[in-house]
Amino acid sequence: MSLFEYAPAPESRSIVDIAPSYGLFIDGEFGEAKDTFKTINPADEEVLTEVALAAPEDVDRAVAAARRAFESWSALPGSERAKYLFRIARILQERSRELAVLESLDNGKPIKESRDVDLPLVAAHFFYYAGWADKLKYAGLGPDPRPLGVAGQVIPWNFPLLMLAWKIAPALATGNTVVLKPAETTPLSALFFADVCRQADLPPGVVNIVTGAGDTGRYLVEHPDVNKVAFTGSTEVGRQIARSVAGTGKKLTLELGGKAANIVFDDAPIDQAVEGIVNGIFFNQGHVCCAGSRLLVQESIAEELLTSLKRRMATLRVGDPLDKNTDIGAINSRAQLDRITELSEIGATEGAERWSPECSLPDRGFWFAPTIFTGVTQAHRIAREEIFGPVLSVLTFRTPAEAVEKANNTPYGLSAGIWTEKGSRILAVADKLRAGVVWANTFNKFDPTSPFGGYKESGYGREGGRHGLEAYLA
Amino acid sequence: MTATATSRLSGLPDSPADLRTFLHGLPGVDKVGIEARAAALGTRSVKTTAKAQAIDLAIRMVDLTTLEGADTPGKVRALSAKALRPDPADPTCPPVAAVCVYPAMVPTAAAVLAGSGVHLASVATAFPSGQAPLEVKLADTRDAVAGGADEIDMVISRGAFLAGDYAKVFDEIVAVKQAAGPAHLKVILETGELATYDNVRRASWLAMLAGADFIKTSTGKVGVNATPPVTLLMLEAVRDFRERYGRQVGVKPAGGIKTTKDAIKYLVMINETCGDDWLHPDWFRFGASSLLNDLLMQRTKLSTGHYAGPDYFTLD
Repeated sequence: MSLFEYAPAPESRSIVDIAPSYGLFIDGEFGEAKDTFKTINPADEEVLTEVALAAPEDVDRAVAAARRAFESWSALPGSERAKYLFRIARILQERSRELAVLESLDNGKPIKESRDVDLPLVAAHFFYYAGWADKLKYAGLGPDPRPLGVAGQVIPWNFPLLMLAWKIAPALATGNTVVLKPAETTPLSALFFADVCRQADLPPGVVNIVTGAGDTGRYLVEHPDVNKVAFTGSTEVGRQIARSVAGTGKKLTLELGGKAANIVFDDAPIDQAVEGIVNGIFFNQGHVCCAGSRLLVQESIAEELLTSLKRRMATLRVGDPLDKNTDIGAINSRAQLDRITELSEIGATEGAERWSPECSLPDRGFWFAPTIFTGVTQAHRIAREEIFGPVLSVLTFRTPAEAVEKANNTPYGLSAGIWTEKGSRILAVADKLRAGVVWANTFNKFDPTSPFGGYKESGYGREGGRHGLEAYLA
Repeated sequence: MTATATSRLSGLPDSPADLRTFLHGLPGVDKVGIEARAAALGTRSVKTTAKAQAIDLAIRMVDLTTLEGADTPGKVRALSAKALRPDPADPTCPPVAAVCVYPAMVPTAAAVLAGSGVHLASVATAFPSGQAPLEVKLADTRDAVAGGADEIDMVISRGAFLAGDYAKVFDEIVAVKQAAGPAHLKVILETGELATYDNVRRASWLAMLAGADFIKTSTGKVGVNATPPVTLLMLEAVRDFRERYGRQVGVKPAGGIKTTKDAIKYLVMINETCGDDWLHPDWFRFGASSLLNDLLMQRTKLSTGHYAGPDYFTLD
């Protein structure tokens, strides 16, 4: 027990009013569906509400509504579309506390992250793309870029509302209409977003939200009247989607898995590098496709760095996501917890040394202590497969060339980090890394103006920035 | 550099060139990163029982300070009385750690504080600029100690440091430490004038290597005084120094810390950087004056549930 214990500081959940059940948001209305499923709070396994499970005919209705709305929406002057987006952005800001609490309840992420990272970025995305809506002719995509039509969008559970923003904001700014399917375990913030659309008087059918599981998503992306598919999620599902979309003429962007190398050179600012490592892998419980899940540290400072890292990890606070002092919240689902547990056991079996700080985990809900594996080699499965949890694999290297070689030696290529005080080395190494995003002396920094996307099995296409417009224009 | 100084700790750099190599070999500091970390620690929510505990600890860590040209014996006596009993209305309120005054005021303060357990700190060495011959600085120090000060807050020669003459700074600290005798030596780096975080880290290590018992951010007399990132960096330095040499050194941010909220942010920073060993007035101080009344107001608010007006707390 430390001398200075922080008393519990829970954010009140009374700001969120969750209805006992939610229907599908199609053509500006919430309607019933035949089947439903439950969504739970992963921190205590309590059922939050029941949500409609969209059947194929529901997806048909949603796509038809989006098709009808496309005609008038795409004909609006960009400056008029921008007004709606600005309005949505402002409403999101006004309701940010409510949405942050909701996101933490449904997803399990700490309130400090939903409040300080997710929600500000969500609003920023809408503001940013609102600004583009009347400037598309000057985006360098031809003199008269045209919207594609109906976009079918499928998003993951790790940043539910933020991924929605990444998908919907550029789609609407460019004049497309949307059918979006949120992840099965985190449907609520998308349903609240539907309410935000109504509040903003967005014309019916421009945004449709269909909740459901994998089948709903499959039906949506395979729907013949969808012109554009945007998916963020696992590489495995991304591959299926690429297969089903091939030859249909649909435009496709995929943002998939990653196994990012976070490279620490011997001249790195050590204390800040330790923060970057912690932020890289323990931010959002490691449920981040661009997480710095492979730490590549120069062998000459490995011991010193690991001592610092372990000391820092001992101060991480794991627990109630709604407590303002929580650093690491709940794992999003039982299935994900099982996968993390399984891969970690494999890591230990394969001979890597496992370490976690002492921390007491709640009895109910899905929890996993922050974990590092040292003595990991390129041959270990925990060095190759995406764990998508708070588990860091530590490898060492001797020279910059070896660091680059190991960093690139992965089927993925979403992100990477470089830590060194030497500017010339940052440029030289970044140039050789096959990763969509390379962070220098920082990690997991996001901005709507910056394009994001992968190399190799991490997907194709870019979201964010001017580049993000391209995916929604012809 | 003097031989006696360098043999104080094992493994010390033993020539000016070595000292320079050593200091320049310390890991760099990323400005964006350390500022982000300090800001993140500032978002900890400290409420109810934790807040009450933090306020009492912060009061016990205050070096209640007056360093004005207009200081008079009357003013210093009043301040010293306040140090002993910060809240006359509440006997459970702890005394502060120390009173900090100019050398000329030391005998006055000593008369009030004698035997109380509240320390008496005096700034010395041509405070605040440090731009005086060494002999003057040493005489200043000896006078303060002779007058009853048991803590000396010295300033380093920023001019020498910025000119790269680390050995001169080192030797001065060693000499002042010797002149201070049994008194605890706090070394003021004046971080606002050192300007870069790399310099702050180097100056921190330099002061510790030379024998500082405390490293202190600022005089309070320049534009930029204590900031959370600078204090965080110094906490990292004392933590790393103890790990390397086994000797614990204290930290004192000074200047510009005016509210309970700010003070608690510093306590959080200690808690999550150095841990329990530094959460004690022997190892952490706030150089402050107006901070104390805000701490007292918040303390009363927590215990009574009401804010009392400023007139319910003494102005000294």
